[in-house]
Amino acid sequence: MIDMQDIYMTYPNGVVALNGINVTIEQGEFVYIVGPSGAGKSTFSKMLLREEVPDRGRIIVNNKDLSNLKMKEIPYLRRDVGMVYQDFRLLPRLTVYENISFALEVIEESPKSIRRRVMEVLDLVGLKNKARFIPDELSGGEQQRVAIARAIANRPQLLIADEPTGNLDPETSWEIMRILEEINNTGTTVIMATHSREIVNAIKKRVIAIEDGLIVRDEHRGEYGYEA
Amino acid sequence: MKLSTLKRHMKEGTRNTWRNSWMTIASVGAVTTTLILVGTFLILMFNLNHVAEQLEEDVQIKTMIDLTAEQSEVNQLEENIRSIDEVGTVEFRTKEEELESLIESMGEQGEAWEMYQQSNPLNDVFVVKAADPANTAKVANEIGTLNAVDKVEYGEDYVDRLFTFNDYARNIGLILIVALIFTAIFLISNTIKITIMARKKEINIMKLVGATNGFIRWPFFVEGLILGVLGSIIPVALTLFGYYYLTHNVVIFEQFSFVQLLPFTPFAWQVSGLIIGIGAAIGVWGSVMSVRKFLKV
Repeated sequence: MIDMQDIYMTYPNGVVALNGINVTIEQGEFVYIVGPSGAGKSTFSKMLLREEVPDRGRIIVNNKDLSNLKMKEIPYLRRDVGMVYQDFRLLPRLTVYENISFALEVIEESPKSIRRRVMEVLDLVGLKNKARFIPDELSGGEQQRVAIARAIANRPQLLIADEPTGNLDPETSWEIMRILEEINNTGTTVIMATHSREIVNAIKKRVIAIEDGLIVRDEHRGEYGYEA
Repeated sequence: MKLSTLKRHMKEGTRNTWRNSWMTIASVGAVTTTLILVGTFLILMFNLNHVAEQLEEDVQIKTMIDLTAEQSEVNQLEENIRSIDEVGTVEFRTKEEELESLIESMGEQGEAWEMYQQSNPLNDVFVVKAADPANTAKVANEIGTLNAVDKVEYGEDYVDRLFTFNDYARNIGLILIVALIFTAIFLISNTIKITIMARKKEINIMKLVGATNGFIRWPFFVEGLILGVLGSIIPVALTLFGYYYLTHNVVIFEQFSFVQLLPFTPFAWQVSGLIIGIGAAIGVWGSVMSVRKFLKV
């Protein structure tokens, strides 16, 4: 699914983001990425979408070698990868329904299958009755559920969540985790960068810890390992 | 592209035009101003060209035949003139005909010349026209070297100046039009760029979910097209009404009745079409250019 070999990356301002990353993630895995702020977690996720390009090393995502991916092919890579952010990134003037259908229009699905799929994913995240609301009328947890629905609408092989519970209260966070696990159970690989000790320690999964651009720990059913 | 996608782009482009109404007004204003100027130049240039062509048509070479020439020499001369490559038409006119047309052209004063009808001092002439008026001087020179030719006359200076003036007018007009168009494109692309800042988030999300650059560009294309066409409404109206007025109510060249403006139909419609086309091109180019920067990543 994902294979990274010897990834080095320095930002133009001289900050070293990744300093020799080697990691393999199999299809269907659920992986937490943990580590202090600025350790390279976000760069790691961005690289999988080819928002950032490594200075050195090889990345394979979904059997695509990102190092010789043409500009033209990048959109198609991203269609196979769903992305969820801490700040939801919904379009504020579109309804819940439109926010999700937008993602499917963009990849030119037929209107009929768009309608069917949007209702399907809204059902999955439990927001069928809020389809006509705009994001501002929803709670934070609900907005994040819309963002997740959008991310999985085109059935990606891989879902990357960058601190999806970072802005949510604990109770709502568990709700989001339940949905992510459900998605993972359908065979989608889930990579989740997080700072939540409670979640990592309670829902045991593979834990990859990144510090100073290096993987310092990689354990199955691991612990969070940092002070909260 | 699928029909549903095309519909989406149209909807999106139209919606953006309405939503950023102040930006739309600014851009449309820029296009309108440009097109009014461009339209005026176009009308001027085409008419100038038209007038020049009419004058060129009238440029003829008068070959005065030597008074002492025998009939056989005259026949030989005609053959020689016809054998010059660039020659279009050759017409023989007797000195009597020449005198008559001279008297006619003088009007009242022409009567004074009537006494010459007894002993005509004029020559028989071949009136020659070059196939391409631009070659008039060359043909005239060649004819001048032939036998049995007394004198060759054509509006030497006047023809040369006319051609030079025409060339200058054409080039300056074109340069001005091109400069104006680029200014308008620049203005539009900058105005749209301001609103793109607000739409950056949307573009980012589109990229995130895997939209191709072409897909993102399309609504901007539609938007530019709308701006361009909206901006050409006033210039087209001005062209049609203004040119109608010019051709129907104003006699500019009273003293030069041989000079005529291009007829309203089809000329005014052709210019209008050209204005709409240029407007659309300006809008689309400006709009698509402004989004280019945001498509990287």
